[in-house]
Amino acid sequence: MEKDIKLTKLAECAGCGAKVGAGELARLLKDISVIHDPDLLVGFDKSDDAAVYRITDDIALVETVDFFPPIADDPFTYGAIAAANALSDVYAMGGEPKVALNIMAVPEDMPKELVHEILRGGYEKVYEAGASIVGGHSIYDEEPKYGLAVTGLVNPARMFTNSGARVGDVLVYTKPLGIGEVVTAAKGGLVEGEAVRQAEKVMMTLNRYARDVMVRHDVHAATDVTGFAMMGHMLEMAQGAGVAIEVDVDAFELLPEVRSWARMGILPAGMYRNRRYAESQVDVRDVPQDMADVLFCPETSGGLLACVAADDADGLVDDLGADGRVPSARVVGRVVEHEEGSRRIRLNTRETAR
Amino acid sequence: MDVDARNQACPRPVVLTLSALPRLAPGETLNVLVNDEVATNNLRRLAEEKNCGFAVSVNAGETTVSLTPRERLEASGSAEQEASAYCDVPAASQNPSAVLVGSATLGKGDDVLGAKLMSGLIYALAHGEEVPKTVIFYNGGAPFCCEGSESLEDIRELAARGCEVLTCGTCLDFLGIRDKLAVGGVTNLYHIGEVISSTPGVTSI
Repeated sequence: MEKDIKLTKLAECAGCGAKVGAGELARLLKDISVIHDPDLLVGFDKSDDAAVYRITDDIALVETVDFFPPIADDPFTYGAIAAANALSDVYAMGGEPKVALNIMAVPEDMPKELVHEILRGGYEKVYEAGASIVGGHSIYDEEPKYGLAVTGLVNPARMFTNSGARVGDVLVYTKPLGIGEVVTAAKGGLVEGEAVRQAEKVMMTLNRYARDVMVRHDVHAATDVTGFAMMGHMLEMAQGAGVAIEVDVDAFELLPEVRSWARMGILPAGMYRNRRYAESQVDVRDVPQDMADVLFCPETSGGLLACVAADDADGLVDDLGADGRVPSARVVGRVVEHEEGSRRIRLNTRETAR
Repeated sequence: MDVDARNQACPRPVVLTLSALPRLAPGETLNVLVNDEVATNNLRRLAEEKNCGFAVSVNAGETTVSLTPRERLEASGSAEQEASAYCDVPAASQNPSAVLVGSATLGKGDDVLGAKLMSGLIYALAHGEEVPKTVIFYNGGAPFCCEGSESLEDIRELAARGCEVLTCGTCLDFLGIRDKLAVGGVTNLYHIGEVISSTPGVTSI
């Protein structure tokens, strides 16, 4: 039996689909007082990717934590994805991870080799990021969970918050969309082999490479796209900067078969949560339902969504695509003035809505 | 045809529905019992994609989603085939072990959790790469093979994949549910003893 354990069968939710919804989180944090420290440059009141605490004028700590139940059946792959996903928040702030702590929950009877492989996947990614794992904490739990608390460094003058978008900026996204659908289809046994490997490879890819290119360009804001989906994270960017975003829906690169999974209803609960939360601010009227579903479907270890000065957009896209280490580099929208009473996110497509 | 997809996490309700649709007679309606909104919404999308009539009825807290195909659904070259391949794995994928299920719950502690874990494990046994040669249900495990059991579909799956599914007859009589047995055969302690002594790997849960 032991060798046949399918890790994802032990998980109730898939990856970032296990995340508490954005609206729910706001309710949970309501009335909890926030301490004002002038050196806390980004706190949890800002709904950004990570907290940033200033040490000196040009050095600040970036703090973040992320963990979730198995998203891949192979333990090494699961560990590597969980680590890449946790490290990503530091990259989304424009920072560099330095030290990380393991966070782990495992069933008491889980074979030791399996636990070892999950950890090995985590260590390998952290080393690839140029950081070290310096400790951690583990407990017994029926449902396995793994992730990291990560500390990074960033120059506060050059960090990417998710509220820095300026009218005229161009949006660039760095991974194909549709991870949530593929993971859900795989959990249902509807897809296996190459299509799953491809999605896993995208999830395991560090956003380090995209970040290292972005810091050389005129990027005004960035975030990583995870549990709140492309639409949830984009809406946070628009609200944070008091702007609106015009989205070129046709420009997104998608993993294979993603829209057909959406049409068949292979969609996790997180998609409906995200849709309910963000839909009032997203104009989806012109978009076919399956494509809208993809835009609201949680991504796990998604790419970086960056707002870059329009005259630097081509340069950024060229550089992102230069060495093949960034999975995708597409211009997916632009930042426009927000008009009072209209929706923050406008989706444009040449397709006709079904 | 009815499918019970209650308490099944996404995407199981869709997978169960996908494998049932091609088995419908012309004009027949598939009734899927669900109890969460996500399953209802996912099945609404599936109905549209597969050109099926779609209706939802709620009765005493039970939600039934009805799909009526408007055209014959071919089970070829598409996801249905993959779904049925997933649901009806050939009998060859069997290992020589036996599993004894003697309780309604798995592990000690909270019974609600234990029941959830047990039905999860039965699901896992039924859909793993290999199924055991024999699974025997006795004492608190006996009702799993009877009408009203939430694991009935999974145990049918086990049986369909070539696993010998047996329930202890003494237990069925003691519990007064022999007439409710819905899947597998009835056995006695002599046979159970034989299975235990002749099978290389016996796991009692």
